[in-house]
Amino acid sequence: MTPSDPKDAAMTHPAPPLITTSVRLSADDGVAHEPVLTLKDISVFYGGYEAVRGVDMDMAGNQITALIGPSGCGKSTVLRSLNRMNDLIPGARVAGTISYHGQNLYAREVDPIELRRRIGMVFQKPNPFPKSIYDNIAYGPRVTGMKVTSMNDLVEQALRDAALWDEVKDKLKQSALALSGGQQQRLCIARTIAVRPEVILMDEPCSALDPIATGKIEDLMINLAADYTIVIVTHNMQQAARVSHRTAFFTAEVDEAGVRHGRLVEYEDTNKLFTNPNHKRTEDYITGRFG
Amino acid sequence: MTAAAAAREAVIAPPPSLTQRRIRPGELLFRLALQFCLLVAFAFLVALIVFAVYKGWNRLDARLWQNMPTGRASRVEAAGVQSAITGTLWVIALTALISLPTGIASAIYLEEYADNTRWYNRLLELNIQNLAGVPSIVFGILGLGLIARVIGLGFTVITAAVVLSLLVLPTVIIASREALRAVPQSIRQASYALGATRWQTTSRQVLPAAIPGMATGAILALSRALGEAAPLILLGAVTFIRFNPDSLLSTYTTLPIQIYNLIKEPQAEFQELAAAAIVLLLVILLLMNSVAIVIRNKFQKRW
Repeated sequence: MTPSDPKDAAMTHPAPPLITTSVRLSADDGVAHEPVLTLKDISVFYGGYEAVRGVDMDMAGNQITALIGPSGCGKSTVLRSLNRMNDLIPGARVAGTISYHGQNLYAREVDPIELRRRIGMVFQKPNPFPKSIYDNIAYGPRVTGMKVTSMNDLVEQALRDAALWDEVKDKLKQSALALSGGQQQRLCIARTIAVRPEVILMDEPCSALDPIATGKIEDLMINLAADYTIVIVTHNMQQAARVSHRTAFFTAEVDEAGVRHGRLVEYEDTNKLFTNPNHKRTEDYITGRFG
Repeated sequence: MTAAAAAREAVIAPPPSLTQRRIRPGELLFRLALQFCLLVAFAFLVALIVFAVYKGWNRLDARLWQNMPTGRASRVEAAGVQSAITGTLWVIALTALISLPTGIASAIYLEEYADNTRWYNRLLELNIQNLAGVPSIVFGILGLGLIARVIGLGFTVITAAVVLSLLVLPTVIIASREALRAVPQSIRQASYALGATRWQTTSRQVLPAAIPGMATGAILALSRALGEAAPLILLGAVTFIRFNPDSLLSTYTTLPIQIYNLIKEPQAEFQELAAAAIVLLLVILLLMNSVAIVIRNKFQKRW
């Protein structure tokens, strides 16, 4: 569809118009993207409560997958099951299989410590360690026992990759807590990529930031997608539309027994999901009529 | 004015004038009550210090820490409490060595490792809280029966230190757990998400962040042990000691016990000496508390 053909647009666009963001990314960019993570019939339980039910999806390598949906729809829960952060919550359990390059993540022989080095995570609230900027970056390589020829070079590279180097190069020994919120979040991203993960999970990474800091992180994400597979949970639909190749829409549904579960409603190319969703619920959500 | 606004006017009294400041007796009364309570606590402390300094003024000199206790009525003017000072320092140092590592390790287990949905971990927690409320004399009886007699360590410095350690252990554990709990969960998650193990996360992130809180709790616990007399009465500290302890198996006395002994004597000189020893004990307590404050300020981190 082209803007020069309003008649055509009117036919495919239901009224009112859906989200109007210039979508820059497309899942179908002419390159073959192997799935890095594959979820088959995933349900996540907290104790006896089934928070998420029956999710099937896969996340393509070197692409950005966005998980959107209203509060309580289980998108963060799904994200946290991808690097087994849910293991740290007593009573949390995952049913179904999550494969990482064909390896079942929840198999007995999988070491969650090693897994988290390969699948890193950036959190909602910037959480730098109360240490120097340098030590924040060096912590991961140190604890994972990475063979590093020059830690200084590694720190510099990580900070450059996170577009933070120019702002902090003269104060590497200063406390990370003195940085602004946006700088702290980029530091957290730098810290994550310092251990050379393959996948970066981001749990609402911009929700505590102002629009300028958010813009910087979004630019950073698009640049990082060349080298990393990124999965982002966001409340902000415009953000999902701006930065993701593919978008999964989750919502909470009440089952026959009256219990709420998070469900995956639709998983599509971002372009498609935000212009012409398959499901009425998706359309209602992205046009603001529900959620 | 609309009809709805007129209806509202009819049921709501007009608000008081904005520019006429009113005195609110309830506010004032509550504030006075709070200040009064603070005053009561503070007044007693000041009275204690003033009274002790006043009574012991004549004996607040080098004799206090240079001389040994003397026997009843003989050479009263030459009496001091040196053996009690050294005994106290021995016992407290040993108590710290025993109770702090044990207590902090227990707290780390309960806070960082234990699954508190398991009944046995909850039972442990409950019992630790109960132990904190057991009278100290009961610990003295336990020490007398078990450590002094059954294990056979006798009335020695090490027996006293072990019993005082048991006494303050619940306090150390509870204070350390509070300090660990105050470390934000986000720091642990950040560490785990980078591929750190539980021990790496605990030792490199959580413990350093918890040190200020732990130091405060530890000093409070040791201060309590320092002033404790009841269990030591059962553990041989009341004996007349004219030499300093030189090993774990030395006999000993401590300042609180020495004060108790001196006050029982009829001579006014001994009473003065007791007051001087009280001042000394307060000074040691104050020094320990300042150490806690220094540690807290040095390691304080802002999130």
